[in-house]
Amino acid sequence: MKAFTYERVSSPAQAVAAVARNPGAKFIAGGTNLLDLMKLQIETPTHLVDINSLKLDGIEATPEGGLRIGALMRNTDLAADERIRRDYGVLSRALLAGASGQLRNRATTAGNLLQRTRCPYFYDTAHPCNKREPGSGCSALDGVSRQLGVVGVSEACIATNPSDMAVAMRALDATIETVDADGKTRAIPIAEFHRLPGDTPHVETVLDPGELITAVTLPPPVGGKQVYRKVRDRASYAFALVSVAAIVQPDGTGRVALGGVAHKPWRIEGADAELSRGAKAAAAALLADAKPTRDNAFKLPLVERTIATVLTEARA
Amino acid sequence: MVGSDDLNLNRRDLMVGAGACAAMPAMPGTAKAQPGPDGNPVEFQVSLTVNGKSHTRNVDTRTTLLDLLRENLHLTGTKKGCDHGQCGACTVIVDGRRINSCLTLAVMQEGSSVTTIEGLGQPDNLHPMQAAFIKHDGYQCGYCTPGQICSSVAMLEEIKAGIPSHVTADLLAPVQPTETEMRERMSGNICRCGAYSNIVEAITEVVERQG
Amino acid sequence: MKFDTPAGTSPIDQLKVIGRPTDRIDGKYKTTGTAPYAYERHDAVPNQAYGFVLGSAIAKGRIDAMHLSDARSAPGVLAIVTTLDTPRLGRGRMNAAYLFGGPVIQHYHQAIAVVVAETFEQARAAAHLIRVDYRQEPGKYDLEAEAPHAEPVASDSGEGSGAPHEARIGNFEEAFAAAPVKLDESYTTSDESHAMMEPHATIAAWNGDKLTLWTSNQMIAWGKGSIAKILGIPAENVRLDAPYVGGGFGGKLFIRADAVLAALGAKAAGRPVKLALTRPLIANNTTHRPATIQRIRIGANPDGTITAIAHESTSGNLADGKPETAVDQTRLLYAGANRLTALRLAHLDLPEGNAMRAPGEAPGLLALEIAMDEMAEKLGIDPVQFRIINDTQVDPEKPERRFSHRDLVGCLRHGAERFGWDRRQQQPGHVRDGRWLVGYGMAVGFRNNLLTKSAARVRLDGRGMVTVETDMTDIGTGSYTILAQTAAEMMGVPLEMVNVRLGDSAFPASAGSGGQWGANNSTAGVYAACVKLREAVAAKLGFNSAEAVFADNEVRSGNRSVPLAAAASGGELVAEDMIEYGDLAKKQQQSTFAGHFAEVGVDAATAEIRVRRMLAVCAAGRILNPKSARSQVIGAMTMGVGAALMEKLAVDTKRGFFVNHDLAGYEVPVHADIPHQDVVFLDEVDPMSSPMKAKGVAELGICGVGAAVANAVYNATGIRVRDYPLTLDKLIERLPEAV
Repeated sequence: MKAFTYERVSSPAQAVAAVARNPGAKFIAGGTNLLDLMKLQIETPTHLVDINSLKLDGIEATPEGGLRIGALMRNTDLAADERIRRDYGVLSRALLAGASGQLRNRATTAGNLLQRTRCPYFYDTAHPCNKREPGSGCSALDGVSRQLGVVGVSEACIATNPSDMAVAMRALDATIETVDADGKTRAIPIAEFHRLPGDTPHVETVLDPGELITAVTLPPPVGGKQVYRKVRDRASYAFALVSVAAIVQPDGTGRVALGGVAHKPWRIEGADAELSRGAKAAAAALLADAKPTRDNAFKLPLVERTIATVLTEARA
Repeated sequence: MVGSDDLNLNRRDLMVGAGACAAMPAMPGTAKAQPGPDGNPVEFQVSLTVNGKSHTRNVDTRTTLLDLLRENLHLTGTKKGCDHGQCGACTVIVDGRRINSCLTLAVMQEGSSVTTIEGLGQPDNLHPMQAAFIKHDGYQCGYCTPGQICSSVAMLEEIKAGIPSHVTADLLAPVQPTETEMRERMSGNICRCGAYSNIVEAITEVVERQG
Repeated sequence: MKFDTPAGTSPIDQLKVIGRPTDRIDGKYKTTGTAPYAYERHDAVPNQAYGFVLGSAIAKGRIDAMHLSDARSAPGVLAIVTTLDTPRLGRGRMNAAYLFGGPVIQHYHQAIAVVVAETFEQARAAAHLIRVDYRQEPGKYDLEAEAPHAEPVASDSGEGSGAPHEARIGNFEEAFAAAPVKLDESYTTSDESHAMMEPHATIAAWNGDKLTLWTSNQMIAWGKGSIAKILGIPAENVRLDAPYVGGGFGGKLFIRADAVLAALGAKAAGRPVKLALTRPLIANNTTHRPATIQRIRIGANPDGTITAIAHESTSGNLADGKPETAVDQTRLLYAGANRLTALRLAHLDLPEGNAMRAPGEAPGLLALEIAMDEMAEKLGIDPVQFRIINDTQVDPEKPERRFSHRDLVGCLRHGAERFGWDRRQQQPGHVRDGRWLVGYGMAVGFRNNLLTKSAARVRLDGRGMVTVETDMTDIGTGSYTILAQTAAEMMGVPLEMVNVRLGDSAFPASAGSGGQWGANNSTAGVYAACVKLREAVAAKLGFNSAEAVFADNEVRSGNRSVPLAAAASGGELVAEDMIEYGDLAKKQQQSTFAGHFAEVGVDAATAEIRVRRMLAVCAAGRILNPKSARSQVIGAMTMGVGAALMEKLAVDTKRGFFVNHDLAGYEVPVHADIPHQDVVFLDEVDPMSSPMKAKGVAELGICGVGAAVANAVYNATGIRVRDYPLTLDKLIERLPEAV
């Protein structure tokens, strides 16, 4: 870990100003991903701006009838919130399927959205990785890729986004609210928030440098039966091989998003339209342009079968 | 929560004002963050309470809470198994919540109240959970044990507070301290010796005695 | 004390303390965080500096240059020792990879430098500033590709299992060809990592030319000899101290880079140095259980009698490394007149393969016990019955040599009844419980009992306290407690009057912890020392030692009784002795046996596998402390579930390293993977093993478990997977259509 300077700030304005003043600065909230990566010198901020005192840890109703979740709300608190459990069950379930009790107690809403891939070559600095070192190459392409992406991949990167929470938020059409150094705020639909790797896998989101996430808003409840199904070898405390977030209405229509298969939470609106025709049709739409490796081709049938079991559960 | 990579950030044409941080002297915790990151360690003062005792220390900003406990305060009961949040051996209770002490910086714990295994009980004054682990042989090599015990004590509080888990069947019903719930909730504490079956028996006994 | 005739009756047989479920005497320290592990010995020596180990970024080749100027001038740096400054150091016994020195890189993450600094943070940061010029060379990393070139090699794992490169009895080929029912299948097992919770760690301090290592090691006497050899210093100048060891499973049998580099770093810095291998370094820097490719052929008569059995195993290792002895148990486990076992070794440039919990039998039984399940099905015989039919009371290779005590049949019958085996549906894929396909499986566990000398010292003081001193280690095995129980039983005192001191090379050399030999041999060593102490006490108090009874803190004979403490009123009495063995183990085969039973659920949609129930019935001689012995078995069963369902070091066959080298990537079972586990010990003694009449259980517990799980998966789904671990990708395409 490289030496860095540190300061605490108490308002979003101070936070963005502090990062703007210090090239190489990063915000730190839970720290559960950033510190992990700093120890390996995969992340090397020269200045940390501690935003834990920002009072962005609440949750409130929006005038539209949805919810506004503070960026610093801990995963545990968000999952346990009564309104989330009642009206956005898929989000509660996704959060609870992630990490461990200890990590959920620290990890924040915004940090979860920004967590970086668990690709083993990203984590091992001895090997090329376009995400870690742009232009150096992708070791996973001809390496071990069982955990990695099957759709939306590029010749430069086949990493996956490891978040469970983001998959549920994608199904819920959440919006990410931010503020930048000039005090300008914007609202980014989650569909547009994470990027596909393309030629620039190191650029993972559309956030500008120094832009701070302040909240995530959820639209008014959509009802339906909400299911999050995470498939993994180990029963707990493991990243998804594949996960499915689904919201299924009594008439059989609904929404479906996937985790563990792409560089971003994976949802194809066209697949939602196929949902009432069953898992095969929905999976075919979701995986239409899939380019699996030998190691991870099993994810294709697994996606279809997992959607099938989720639909069965939702209709039960 | 910086939205982009270091490269982009470095490309930004931003000036470092030496006095920039000092411009907010009234804010706690900013005054000492001065020396530029030239590779020299940056010291920063932190005050926190550990097992009821207040400590104020100047620490390297890089020092984790775990290393503060083990190397600085010599509270070595909290263990370093992986240093990356992958094993749970470093679990401590901060302000009532269990966390991995390896994944938080000491400087981020200003004003925190930390309970470690040493604070739960001592060899001649055991916490009920510690006694139950002994009775049910809920350990073998002992290295993950303090983390398991801190985690289980805080885990039972989470159940009492109604926080659901991955295996909670009904998100809207009260949470029960069943064995299935405990196994899921304790899964962030790895025991390679494989004492899981006994650990769950130990925790169950504590639950039953609490009524 | 020489043990060369079967044990008669001794004070141990009173079973006042021995054989009773006993809470660990070290429990109150372990549960309160006051048991000190290697890295935590702030008290041991003042002025400790921190070391950080750098690993090689290539798997094979040479280092041309190391650029140190940035690191040397980094804040807080006290010294840097690189592999280029150091001639290649010697190796400890039984190791293939060199730990340090010279420009040659044998494997990924081989240690190439240690940076010593005032603080951990400084040492870590400085280590990242070292730049290295490598010259990479092509290597061989793919066992499957290299297996055809593997050479026949005999092996002794050094931890108990051994086999010649080929062993033949009768005429296997002819008998197999003639057998009415045959099986010929191949199985693979994975590279596995010990993944003990405490990283390898050492504090090293020099005092002149004397070196002390506070370290984490299973085998203190081996370690002392090895570090002396590696550093080229006399063994008498070395002291190791390891009172608590945070798990080993074979990964700490040997001196590793932590000890060597702490010693070199301390020398260079002129200060004591503490260091631990970082978790991401451990899998590739240290040893692992090697992957195997096994071929098994079994021929039988329709009545189930095996007429021909062959087991061949191929594994890979570095030059000078040994093969995994996966065929060993097949020489002894089942009857059959015509037999063949063979071992082959391929050269690989991966990290060193070496002993991990039950080397040989653990992977060997993963394969053999699936094969037996498949064969039972072909024969239409219940798998339990098939094994009973082929039980043997003699060494099948040398029928004149009996087993000292073998109640495998008892394990199987008792286990089948307790588990409810009769409820198993013979037809696979026919039991459904909600989303789960449910199946039962069983397998045999088998592991030899090894006898090795072990010494101890016992002291009696004026308060009547008995102190045991031996370099034996407690790696979670419960050594502290069973040694205390032994001394308490022998000296007629309650457990509270016994103090046990372990892990210090200044104490008499014990058997150490490995090969499941620790409990029986180290307690027998304490027994021997206690026999001597009893004689000294009797002499001091004027008793005839043959008649003296030691009980209730007293020594009695006839109607005279004297407090034990009185014997030491004029000064402490000290006795030291060693158990040594004659040829009893040659005359009769000593082994341990288990019946493992498992119930699994396989998700009908996703093929996720979850274990629902487990039972082990063990026959392993006298159980010294049923509480800690049971823990050893449940822990081993847990590791067996890992081997069956998730553990696999993933090899990058292009770059030559284990990719998933941390605890997030290398998955071991967590709480949620393990149900309640049931363990039964058959009530037996083995007077051939030692005066304790005990044998080992810690490795028996893992042997066969994975196969029981795999057989249950087959019973649940009708899908036979022969490649471990049984991850869902191996089942998913063969499961019936999802709903």
